[in-house]
Amino acid sequence: MERVHRSLSDARRRALALRHTETLGQTAGAGLRNNTVIGWLLAAPLALVLVVFLVLPIVMIVVVSFWGATEWSIYPAFLFDNYEFLLTSDVTYRVFFNTFKYAAITWAFTLLIGFTVAYYLAFHIRSLTWQIALFLLCTIPFLTSNIIRMISWIPFLGRNGIANSTLISMGVIDEPLEWLLFSDFSVVLAFVHLYTLFMVVPIFNTMMRIDKSLIEAAVDAGATGWQTLRHVIIPLTKPGIMIGTIFVVALVMGDFITVRFMSGSQSANMGRLIQNDIALLQYPSASATAVILLVTVLILIGTLLRLVDIRKEL
Amino acid sequence: MTTISKVRYSRRSLLKSGGAAVAAAALPAPMVWGQETKDITLRQFGTGVSNLNDVALKVKEDLGFNLEMTALDTDSVTQRAATQPNSFDIADIEYFICKKVWAAGNLQAMDTSKIAQYDNIAGTFRSGLLTPESTIAQGTAPHTVGFTSGVNGKDFVQEESGWMTLIPTIYNADTLGIRPDLIGRPINNWSELLNPEFKGKASILDISSIGIMDMALVVESMGEYTYPDKGNMTKEEIDLTLGIFTEAKKNGQFRAFWKSFDESVNLMASGEVVIQSMWSPAITAVRSQGIPCVYQPLEEGYRSWGGGLGLSASLSGMELDAAYEYINWYLSGWVGGYLMRQGYYSAVPSTSKEFMSEDEWGYWYEGKESKGDIVSPTGAKLAGPGEVRDGGSFLERMGSVVCWNSVMDENQYMVRKWNEFIAA
Repeated sequence: MERVHRSLSDARRRALALRHTETLGQTAGAGLRNNTVIGWLLAAPLALVLVVFLVLPIVMIVVVSFWGATEWSIYPAFLFDNYEFLLTSDVTYRVFFNTFKYAAITWAFTLLIGFTVAYYLAFHIRSLTWQIALFLLCTIPFLTSNIIRMISWIPFLGRNGIANSTLISMGVIDEPLEWLLFSDFSVVLAFVHLYTLFMVVPIFNTMMRIDKSLIEAAVDAGATGWQTLRHVIIPLTKPGIMIGTIFVVALVMGDFITVRFMSGSQSANMGRLIQNDIALLQYPSASATAVILLVTVLILIGTLLRLVDIRKEL
Repeated sequence: MTTISKVRYSRRSLLKSGGAAVAAAALPAPMVWGQETKDITLRQFGTGVSNLNDVALKVKEDLGFNLEMTALDTDSVTQRAATQPNSFDIADIEYFICKKVWAAGNLQAMDTSKIAQYDNIAGTFRSGLLTPESTIAQGTAPHTVGFTSGVNGKDFVQEESGWMTLIPTIYNADTLGIRPDLIGRPINNWSELLNPEFKGKASILDISSIGIMDMALVVESMGEYTYPDKGNMTKEEIDLTLGIFTEAKKNGQFRAFWKSFDESVNLMASGEVVIQSMWSPAITAVRSQGIPCVYQPLEEGYRSWGGGLGLSASLSGMELDAAYEYINWYLSGWVGGYLMRQGYYSAVPSTSKEFMSEDEWGYWYEGKESKGDIVSPTGAKLAGPGEVRDGGSFLERMGSVVCWNSVMDENQYMVRKWNEFIAA
């Protein structure tokens, strides 16, 4: 009896809902044009800002990449010289490889450190106050400028720097370690130092939203800590990892100043090529390099986004 | 006069009169006669070597108008001179930069008849001859790009035409800087820069027009090749030169490359580098920290450079007059003395002499033993009594110049190859 009653009321509700939609549809018929116009108007300011400050500059860069350059000026033309020079020089490929190498190594370290820090904050610190306090502690280095944080490594790592003199006085080494500064080591070290927080924040954010009962369920089902991590936490943290990855990869691929200072101008990535070209007034050549870098990073991020549906998770 | 500069002029006048009105309302000063020049601000940019705040302070004191200084690295200076004519009034640039950017039309020629000290400007900048017997070194010698055909000239002429592209202010002979305490033996040749003994302890500057000349001197000194003209290499010669250095770079010869002069100071002072391309005030800066550093004269001779002041094409009217006044003041000795005490040479030595003590003049210019302490313009001790300047007198140093910083016919090719060297 009760079941019949329920299914009846269900049917009535559905019918009511249907009628409601119809009414909506009728009124919407008149208001449709208005709504579209308002929608467009609402989107317009942002669209305009993006067109002026994002789309136009990029279009300009693409256009200029086909131009020609003299010693002191650039002139409109449709030349493939810039791309030809870029794509036929083996230096370009080596620099590309270097750019990816820095991105990959930095990504691995920032992920490892970022994930560990986020995991500790999210699951080992019980009180929200402490979580917030420790999280803010992580951001303290970011109160000074990027460049200062980077440059302060130089006296620390130098031949007669603090690191070497400490190691020597401790008797660990006899000769100063040359590879500490102006090497790939120092470049990656600075990158990891600068960008780990960009990994911590999104991962911490997704971890905080994991339903704790899922972990309890895993434990109740007899999973070890490692299994819980592997089969519950990591899969649920993927969107955070992916966002962090995009941050770190995009930042490292586009960097020029860290590579310049920490390698003592000895190593190069794509950003350095662009910087050198600009410094030497070769804007078209710089634009061509920028276009190729942009396309590469877009393909990379496109691939990453296919692995995880970030939109679903946000 | 273009429309753009007129707009700029009126905007600035507007700002000025606005500022003056505020000042007049706040301080009803009696000095009405000086008010107009007081409100003039000239914007000067250049490399760190001569963009000194002390100069701006002294200008305010002596001439009454404001001078805003912007110090940039050499490449940024070139970039600004070529692409942002409205961002400056006075360009403090090197002659090789002038060769690069003059044709862009952002600078205006200067009437030498308005330059009081024109006749006292050193011969290097006028006939190109240091002394009547001198030969002219390879590369972009200042006098070859120092004159133009007329007020609107875009070309360079080889005779004293009465229209100068830059008014020369400063020049010097550059060589390698070394840390004698860390090397412990005499250094006499450019080839030492690539000596495997200094593996991981050498440096060269990452400014193509200057670096390529240092490289050429090293290559010649190693006996690898003798250039018909270092200052104008062929593509093959550029490949050869950069090839030798790329190989050395891959073998770990270099600790770092530097671009701005404070970087070279840090590399040397911290002991990261013991031998490198260096500029005179960088040596001064290392020494004033109490660290031994020598501007080593080498058998093959020096690489030289000269700099001067250029006027923005958009300067006119009262500001143009002020700029001429400033340039005349610049050559009248105070700045020259200041620069000489940093180890440069002033383009008008006779006026600079009046602003230096006899001992200073003897030490810096004549290569004599110092009688007392030699101090830098900022007061740091550079040498004690009885010391002699590295390389000796003006004539010994400038007389041994073998090339000038250069812009070659194949410059664009060189620049691309240079970029590859840095990236290799």
